[in-house]
Amino acid sequence: MCDKDIKKLALAHLWVAFGAFGVASLLGFYQVVERSGLIPALKSPALYYGSVSTHGVLMAFVLTTFFIMGFGYHTAANNGAGFNRCAAWAGFWVAAVGTLLAALPLLTGNASVLFTFYPPMQAHPLFYIGATLLVVGSWVWCVLMVMAAGAWKQANPGAAMPLPLFATTGNAILWLWSSVGVALEVVFQLIPWSLGLVDTIDVGLARTLFSWTLHPIVYFWLIPAYIALYSFVPLAAGGKLFSEELARAAFVLIVVFGLPIGFHHLYMDPMQASGWKLAHGVGTYVVAIPTLITAFTVIASLEMAGRARGGQGLFGWIGALPWNQPMVLAAGLSLLMLLLGGFGGLVNASYAMNAMVHNTAWVPGHFHLIFAGTVVTLYFAVAYRLWPSLTGKAFRKPCLVLGQLWSWFGGMAILTTPWHILGLLGQPRRISSVEYDSPLVQSWGAYEAIMIAGGLVLLLSALLFVYNLASAHWQGEASGEDTVAYAEPLHPPGKIPALLNGYAVWNWVILLLMAASFGYPIAQFFLMKTFDSSPWGY
Amino acid sequence: MHINPLEKKWLFASLALVAVFLGSIFYTAFERNIHPPSHVETVDSAKLHLGGEFAEDKLGVVGQADGSVRVTLVAGRYGFYPRQMSVPAGRPVTFRIASMDVLHGVHVPMTNMGTMVVPGYVAQVTTVFPKPGEYPMLCNEYCGMGHDHMWSRITVVAADQWQPTATTKGSN
Ligand SMILES: [Cu+2]
Repeated sequence: MCDKDIKKLALAHLWVAFGAFGVASLLGFYQVVERSGLIPALKSPALYYGSVSTHGVLMAFVLTTFFIMGFGYHTAANNGAGFNRCAAWAGFWVAAVGTLLAALPLLTGNASVLFTFYPPMQAHPLFYIGATLLVVGSWVWCVLMVMAAGAWKQANPGAAMPLPLFATTGNAILWLWSSVGVALEVVFQLIPWSLGLVDTIDVGLARTLFSWTLHPIVYFWLIPAYIALYSFVPLAAGGKLFSEELARAAFVLIVVFGLPIGFHHLYMDPMQASGWKLAHGVGTYVVAIPTLITAFTVIASLEMAGRARGGQGLFGWIGALPWNQPMVLAAGLSLLMLLLGGFGGLVNASYAMNAMVHNTAWVPGHFHLIFAGTVVTLYFAVAYRLWPSLTGKAFRKPCLVLGQLWSWFGGMAILTTPWHILGLLGQPRRISSVEYDSPLVQSWGAYEAIMIAGGLVLLLSALLFVYNLASAHWQGEASGEDTVAYAEPLHPPGKIPALLNGYAVWNWVILLLMAASFGYPIAQFFLMKTFDSSPWGY
Repeated sequence: MHINPLEKKWLFASLALVAVFLGSIFYTAFERNIHPPSHVETVDSAKLHLGGEFAEDKLGVVGQADGSVRVTLVAGRYGFYPRQMSVPAGRPVTFRIASMDVLHGVHVPMTNMGTMVVPGYVAQVTTVFPKPGEYPMLCNEYCGMGHDHMWSRITVVAADQWQPTATTKGSN
């Protein structure tokens, strides 16, 4: 199924993703050191904000998009779904050229607008154009995935679509829907304005459109991680997937309810009324349900595997699991971080409680646990899982693979604990150094020093990850592994209701939900008298 | 479809958990009237200095006839104007803030006084400071290279010692 060409396609995407990850990790370490103020020579807001912008764009847009595309092509091909390979390569090059174009202004300090674009601070037009091309490349992937799933269904009438293919298709649909918000903002507001075609910009509208994309994008990143939890982890633990129907339901819930909830990023913004914020807040809690289902199903699958291996008693199965399997270890560590990060997320999502932690260091502490902790750990595990078949080479030292996963977890723990505490102590998130002359800020220093240790461990772990992949790819011995297997469900799916075997109806549900949750909040900017920000550069 | 009885129990537990969270949010929102700052009101950021509520001579702290206090601020790179404010403890204080340039955010650490300050919109937030003391009022949204330096000082004094420092309307 997965021939040489597909492997090459997947490898090209994954190397761009992990190359970007390596560079971004260096910048991350620089930021914790600079921010601590311990080395005065490093102090530079210009470098710091340029670095934060580049780190954010590389991690959140480049690592994720390329990883998801590469993994998606591989998943489709391995599950018997074909697609046009020339189009896939075209999408790759569009996205890669876009990344390079955006990198030029980022690295020269002409796009220090952070990864959320932050109008009315203006970046060089190349930054917006490059980011757009990256998204256009990802749309090619989305269309190919949706078409591949359609072709699969035609070739296998009435059969249940393989779970990994079903989930990948769902992610493509989710991303098509969710990227429309930022696309509207960039194409109709940011690009004309940065090119000087219009003088000013409605920041309220821009922020509302961005919020449309800003939350579902997290699920776009998370779905491949969930695919690993459902499809690889039970098998690596020596067991089966506890429930495949519920897994499908979880993916459908994420795709449908992940979309209309972006206003929880605007809780503190003045331009949306509280009723809309509350409605989006309710949706935010509803979308916690698929994550609770996922945690349950994955843990149940692990328990079955542990008991099959002889584990006994209430917790004995945990010790019986093969923790020397990178996929099992990654699952355990990432579920732990998901639990802690999820708690922080519940605080953020709380309609009124959010005011205490909004824009404080608590927020990056939270999302580093969820994204860099949970999601990226599972990306590592997927790379380790696919590498022997993609490259045909085995890892030379399995202990370095396990050590890398453990060190990433340890580094995250050291980094994010003080980050959360600093948030509760009121430290704002996006500052390059502490300049406030207030007794309160004296309590911040020690935590920032601890964060440097966390950042250092994470940097070493990131470099070790890239080293592991590179040394296997170019110096490893033949692995003899050609295909990748997916976990079998405990009960074969048999007859699956159409609602859990495709997204045709769900697209209409999403359309209705989006119209209800974003229709008036966007229309209001055209109905009431609004004023743009002052022209940039005056 | 095959749903294990254990799965069913877990689904009910998950739904109950979410219901508890939403119930507490609804309770505080509808019974206690606690909402995030959501004041949909537009303002022309480019003309703040030309007159009206956010003109230079109107900024500052004003005691209101009903005992509450109003603070009018302009946020601009890199400061909140005025730079020093004094408000009474234990009385409702309403902040009205407009940005004259880019996006800013305001937060008084360890309190729930905070809101985004979006150019083109008036940000309004009402809070009560329970304890007297000196607090930094920080900009918590990246607004340019001088963002680290964007902060003002807010002094909370016991209500009986408080004197309005700026122009007052009607209360004195
Ligand atoms: Cu500011």
